[in-house]
Amino acid sequence: MLTLILLLFPALAAALILAVRGQQSKQIALIAALVELGLAGYVFFTFVPDANAQFGFNYPWLAPAGSKVGGIRFSAAIDGISLLLVVLTGLLAPLIVLSTFRHTYTRPASFYALILFMEAALMGVFTAQDGFLFYFFFEAALIPVYFLAAQWGGENRIPVTFKFFLYTIFGSLFMLVALVYLYYQTQTGNVLAPHSSAIADFYKLSLSPTAQTWIFWAFFIAFAIKMPVFPFHTWQPDTYVESPTPATMLLAGIMLKMGVYGVIRLLLPIVPGGVELWGTTAIVLAVIGIVYGAIIAIRQRDIKRLIAYSSFSHVGLMAAGVFSLTTAGVQGALIQMLAHGINVVGMFFVADIITSRTNTRLIDQMGGITRYTPKLTVYFMILLLGSVALPLTNGFVGEFLLLEGVFEYNNVLGAVAGLTIILGAVYMLRLFQKTMFGKVTDVTEGFHDVSGSESWVFIPLCFMVFWIGMVPNSFLKLTGPAVDNLLQFVK
Amino acid sequence: MLPIVLLSIFGIALLFLGFLKSKTILLPATLLFLLIALGASFLEWNKSYLYFGDMLLVSNLAIVFTAIVLVSAFMVVALSGDFLEDEMAQPAEYYALLLFSIVGAIMMIGYENLIMLFVGVEILSVSMYVLTGSDKRNLRSNEAALKYFLMGAFATGIMLFGMALLYGAVGSFTLMDIKGYVLLSHGQPSLLLYVGLLMVLIGMLFKVSAAPFHFWTPDVYEGAPTLFTAFMSTVVKTAGFAALLQLLSVAFSAIYGFWWAVLAAITALTLLAGNLTAAYQNSFKRMMAYSSISHAGYLLIGLAALGQQSRQALVFYSLAYSLATISAFGILLLVAKQKTNDGRPDESYAAFNGLARQNPLLAFILAVSMLSLAGIPLTAGFWGKFMVFSAAIDKGMVWILVLAVLMSAVGIYYYFRVVIAMYFRDGASERIHVAPFYRFVLITATVLTIVLGFIPGLFQGLV
Repeated sequence: MLTLILLLFPALAAALILAVRGQQSKQIALIAALVELGLAGYVFFTFVPDANAQFGFNYPWLAPAGSKVGGIRFSAAIDGISLLLVVLTGLLAPLIVLSTFRHTYTRPASFYALILFMEAALMGVFTAQDGFLFYFFFEAALIPVYFLAAQWGGENRIPVTFKFFLYTIFGSLFMLVALVYLYYQTQTGNVLAPHSSAIADFYKLSLSPTAQTWIFWAFFIAFAIKMPVFPFHTWQPDTYVESPTPATMLLAGIMLKMGVYGVIRLLLPIVPGGVELWGTTAIVLAVIGIVYGAIIAIRQRDIKRLIAYSSFSHVGLMAAGVFSLTTAGVQGALIQMLAHGINVVGMFFVADIITSRTNTRLIDQMGGITRYTPKLTVYFMILLLGSVALPLTNGFVGEFLLLEGVFEYNNVLGAVAGLTIILGAVYMLRLFQKTMFGKVTDVTEGFHDVSGSESWVFIPLCFMVFWIGMVPNSFLKLTGPAVDNLLQFVK
Repeated sequence: MLPIVLLSIFGIALLFLGFLKSKTILLPATLLFLLIALGASFLEWNKSYLYFGDMLLVSNLAIVFTAIVLVSAFMVVALSGDFLEDEMAQPAEYYALLLFSIVGAIMMIGYENLIMLFVGVEILSVSMYVLTGSDKRNLRSNEAALKYFLMGAFATGIMLFGMALLYGAVGSFTLMDIKGYVLLSHGQPSLLLYVGLLMVLIGMLFKVSAAPFHFWTPDVYEGAPTLFTAFMSTVVKTAGFAALLQLLSVAFSAIYGFWWAVLAAITALTLLAGNLTAAYQNSFKRMMAYSSISHAGYLLIGLAALGQQSRQALVFYSLAYSLATISAFGILLLVAKQKTNDGRPDESYAAFNGLARQNPLLAFILAVSMLSLAGIPLTAGFWGKFMVFSAAIDKGMVWILVLAVLMSAVGIYYYFRVVIAMYFRDGASERIHVAPFYRFVLITATVLTIVLGFIPGLFQGLV
């Protein structure tokens, strides 16, 4: 039942904001997001660490009324794999809302309502237990963020976000075909509802190698575009740059995790044969993306674009780890999703603070900010260390496990993927050095340090960086049983 | 059966009401007549009857299709308030013709005898030829009417020829006799039957604007007054597909292997022609014409994959499509009236620029309707596509499905252009005054679209 509340509450709050309108939208959105965080926190602390799905509900949707199984069902629950993402969504939403407190957006009611609608859809994606419900939320999450980006974005926003929208929806249409196909393969033995779209029932299918290949690619394209994995990433940098910062945070912090989550939840267990055949291809693409993204990031002059490419590079490593089919790889991906969400939202917020005060995104024109900003320097440094995977920070746990997973799969690929740590340090430290150190320039003269609501965004983020970094077990123990169960099943 | 009689009487009654000095009674009277017909059609629920010596069948399926037609007609008529302001218009005749054309549509839905199909098609078509040309001062409207009439007459001729050939093969016009003949021929029916079937199919596919018989559609849809375009693209299409479903599932299901391939090829062609051409349009109305061709393609998938799923898929798809199309045309009517281009209403995408600023409700209604037509989840259109795709997968028609999916992506492109124009582009837009009843109808269509998007099983028990 709790899952149902998690799904409905943000949507209802969004409706309330639209009904009330006016300038209180911000505050209502923040309160709603905090309540949702409280619910997610309750789930986190009361979750029983075993492989079972908990807090669930299950109603017939396109199925005979009153039936318990079969048909298309409105069913969702939280298990070890969903848990961290639910927590991530719950944690980031209030911070994203809070990060906008210094800005005034036109038509605030629609703006904040869209953020909350997005949160509801994301919660749906991460908890859905039915294939079609998953697809439903997967698409539904796209619409609010598209409107956010296209309405409040930068100058070139219309063509850029349209490309993003078409690209991702095009990918997920293939997933729809795969899901419909799978649906007709299931047999429930019930005359009224002969097929079932429960994800658990998809797991039980034994498909022919040809079917496995087709479905593998249908799913892979959908998820690879969302993440994005090389060579499906071309929509990403422009969209991140043109979107308003809250939309970028939603995209990079949470939405790209939908792709990784989809691979873990659907692709691996449904078509293990397809993964066996094509997994290497997927890992190679992911590893190319890691190195390619990192190299491009080193050359960037635009601060937002730099972070966009770094995010592309990081998600490549997650994809590689997941396809390695090792416990370390999948565990690493789960914890890295949480860690990366925290770091990237923090980084984009730093970028937003810097660009809104200097009115430029070009790092060549900046310098010496640290002279005016002791607090920002500390927050920025902590998040940056998390991003470059320094031990005792959150990035280290995730990347270490991921690299271990890829190494286990193949030494050479592991070594190449390992470059991410070095290259990541290069571009991140370059960013830090160019903006914070050096001579004060015209644009950075008299830079105001962070204060008030801005600090309250950074403090929880920095706290999480250390919590995950120092006590990773408090998260890993929750996901462990579900991951073991999943991998056992895949093999 | 009852609606046919009632609507014919009501049509004549409307003509007499036209003698009255005050025209204000016409609109409410027509709406009332349609409601009565709708209620009357459900009197025969769960009672299957054959009428007029096996000419006409009333079944639950036929009633559901009839209801969709009547509801669509009700909404279109409800959006027709402008007639009364236009001095050149003859509202009584228009409304009477609309009612007569619905009589034709209901005959097409429930025919048991090919003669009845022909009569229904003719009643519907002739009314539409006249209504297409009803904007007498507009050259485009005249051109459209002539084009529609010439090509439509040809198509009807071909269809009639096909029926004659079928009669030659079978010796009867009733669907049951044809079915019996096909079954007894052990897979080797006379060549006349094949040729006849093909010709009847061509005639019907022309009416539902499937490629390659679609060339009349864009010009006619664009030239006709918007209101009748809305009527054509919903009522005519629904009735046409109901007729095709009846023909193929009752009479010819035994030679599925023969017509399956023909329909599949036409489906593929229709999907390609409709979607790819729609993407190049700059006029919203013309885009809607091509969009109606593309939706004929999706509906044809449901027919080509004839099976248990098809009925439900076709019913749901027609309903979802009609709701979305009517609200789209309803908004177009309002918006085009505000802006003129060379003295004509501006029907291009640009007319929608910045609509959301001043008219958030209208923009929202059109956005939902576009989302539904594009088949995005949370709307009825998604489930329509879903059901059609399910039917195709059930029959193993994967290649057609892949094509349909690719074309849906193209569809999203052109449907979203208007959403972008409304929400993200700037434009001088004034607050548009909408009559309360007009607004009520649009909102009802939108709410239904969303409700069906969340609860697709709402009318599941009916079919």
